[in-house]
Amino acid sequence: MRMHVSHDTVYRYETPPSSVIQTLRLTPRNHSGQYVVSWLISISADCRLDAQDDAFGNLIHTFTAEGPIDELIVHVEGEVETEDNAGVVAGAIERFPPALFLRDTPLTQTDAAIVEFSERYRSSGANTLVMLHEMLGGLNREIVFDTNPTHTATTAAEAFALKRGVCQDLTHVFISAARHLGVPARYISGYFHRSDGVNDQEAGHAWAEAFVPSLGWVGFDATNGICTTDAHLRVAAGLDYLSAAPVRGARSGGAGENLSVRIQIDQAMQQSQE
Amino acid sequence: MPAFDEMTGTEGSVRPAYTELSGWLGEVPPDVLDYRRREAEVLFRRIGITFAVYGEADSTERLIPFDVIPRILAGSEWRLLKRGLEQRVKAINLYIKDVYGRRDILRAGIVPEDLVFQNPVFRPEMNGQKVPHDVYVHIAGVDIVRVDADTFYVLEDNARTPSGVSYMLENREIMLRLFPELFSRHRIAPVDNYPDELLATLRSVAPDSSTSEPNVVLLTPGVYNSAYYEHSFLADKLGIELVEGRDLFIKDEIVYMRTTQGPKRVDVIYRRLDDDFIDPLAFRPDSALGVPGLMSSYQAGNVTLANAVGTGIADDKAVYSYMPEIVKFFLGEEPILKNVPTWRCREEEHLAYVLDNLEQLVVKEVHGSGGYGMLIGPSADKATISEFRAKLKAAPKNFIAQPTLALSTCPTCVESGIAPRHVDLRPFVLSGRDEVRIVPGGLTRVAMKQGSLVVNSSQGGGTKDTWVLDD
Repeated sequence: MRMHVSHDTVYRYETPPSSVIQTLRLTPRNHSGQYVVSWLISISADCRLDAQDDAFGNLIHTFTAEGPIDELIVHVEGEVETEDNAGVVAGAIERFPPALFLRDTPLTQTDAAIVEFSERYRSSGANTLVMLHEMLGGLNREIVFDTNPTHTATTAAEAFALKRGVCQDLTHVFISAARHLGVPARYISGYFHRSDGVNDQEAGHAWAEAFVPSLGWVGFDATNGICTTDAHLRVAAGLDYLSAAPVRGARSGGAGENLSVRIQIDQAMQQSQE
Repeated sequence: MPAFDEMTGTEGSVRPAYTELSGWLGEVPPDVLDYRRREAEVLFRRIGITFAVYGEADSTERLIPFDVIPRILAGSEWRLLKRGLEQRVKAINLYIKDVYGRRDILRAGIVPEDLVFQNPVFRPEMNGQKVPHDVYVHIAGVDIVRVDADTFYVLEDNARTPSGVSYMLENREIMLRLFPELFSRHRIAPVDNYPDELLATLRSVAPDSSTSEPNVVLLTPGVYNSAYYEHSFLADKLGIELVEGRDLFIKDEIVYMRTTQGPKRVDVIYRRLDDDFIDPLAFRPDSALGVPGLMSSYQAGNVTLANAVGTGIADDKAVYSYMPEIVKFFLGEEPILKNVPTWRCREEEHLAYVLDNLEQLVVKEVHGSGGYGMLIGPSADKATISEFRAKLKAAPKNFIAQPTLALSTCPTCVESGIAPRHVDLRPFVLSGRDEVRIVPGGLTRVAMKQGSLVVNSSQGGGTKDTWVLDD
């Protein structure tokens, strides 16, 4: 699929801050099955975008905008060619052995309930892929998609207790449970093209990747209960939401921040050869 | 068997380094000693050296007891310690570079991979990150204990933000003021050059992009931190700015300090703020103490953080037990300073042994510090022991155990007169791009309670001036 993404993050301030600094993980990289055709980030303020690789191999950009700033728009636009590889992610930048992704983080820590849930899927000698698929289905039934009760700092355990949450929460629970079963798992932030024709979205997407010995990293989208397909555009990987977050920022001064996100994802028109 | 005494050994005869002091202690009338002791307390109060104890609501700040009887090391003893410390810290720097780089030590199977990767003090953010001049631990405070005339053990390698050096400096100043006659009877190596040595170390590791006069600042969490006194003391002695997170900002990957003359570039940050709090964009997002974006500047190589981020992977109590192997692996040498024999409860046989011998052992939480979360078997009651037994069984990985050491004692002024009390020693090891600098001596901590082995100031421990004889 050739996916076209247009993503605006708009901040408006009642009292303008004197400066804003942000770290963006908003640029996808190539791997087999994903080819970035074009990609551009533009910031409405006058500033320099500094690019770096983070520890996980994500491309990050940092900028400091000096104010007073009443409105700040981070605009991302690009086209990416994706293929359906049945979830298998090969050729991505790997800076760590899979074992790192067994690491606990505050957002993905298990509790008794998640342990109990994940243990249902631990079958002796069974193949990891089957186990993860069953757990993915179980989780999808267990947690209802609901944007209301959770926020970006909600932990896996809290979301699991609520039985409600958004893609971030489902992904954290999946990661937490997989790690408990000894399967390295990581957080992916990215975009998802919906097949139901709804192209306008209010948030990016998130899913998990788990390490399956015979296959390598495999994408599991707990929100949709499927492995990743060509509808998934992989942007950043990390241990949890925080280390793969599309935007992390801070401002000095200012108050009354109002954030709105507009994402449009559609299938790009195939360009004819000239 | 009584513990080895720094003054009288095990035989009871005065050791050569203490000849003068012992004679003096015999001459000085008890009321004079007591008077000087109270004078010292007044001086400390006036200077305002206090520290805060976490978890004590009634007294947020209190005075660390100071003992006027110095602890003395012969020149030969110090030279051995110094060589051992240099070796150890060199190995620690190579190890940290490796853990965040090639990971040879993990591949060689010497340090278990999960102990590193799953350790909260391992910082994935540092992976592949170059630090200026390959120095990670610029300031180490290595805790050393002694059990007999020839055996010194390293108890802990403090490689994050070790504190206590202000006491080393203040103790000496006060002793010089109160006991000039004692100093005239000894040749004691000075310690007052520590601030110069520290500043030289910090300047030596400035990034290549900085000017020949690098701007060094000291970053403190602020007045509520237990070591704030030390932060302001050191900034003053070094002649550098004492800053809080809000005094710094990042623009285009450069760190600036806000000044009345406008922004001033910062090259080296001696930070006394934990990793977790230094940058809300990279670590804890709720930290208001750090500098947003600091890691981006660090990663770009535009600023030096001393100590580097992620050095906890060297001083973690679980990693500690591998230090002799780490020294051998990176330097190809036998460690000069020994480790305390340590049982790793993560290993089944070790755990079994520990559970069978809890009454004789000291059990420590691997991520604990300051003497918290510790079991001292021989002095614990049955309830505490069974509580630890349960904790050990539930999460063996979180614990190590060591034999209860007979820490050396040193004569100390107590209510009943002069009596032996257990001591340790924390020398401060400075590693720069050019050399390793160690001011002779360090901070001697003393357990003021009879028989107590816990010297931590948070547990009622006191301090002593430490003399290294220039013999």
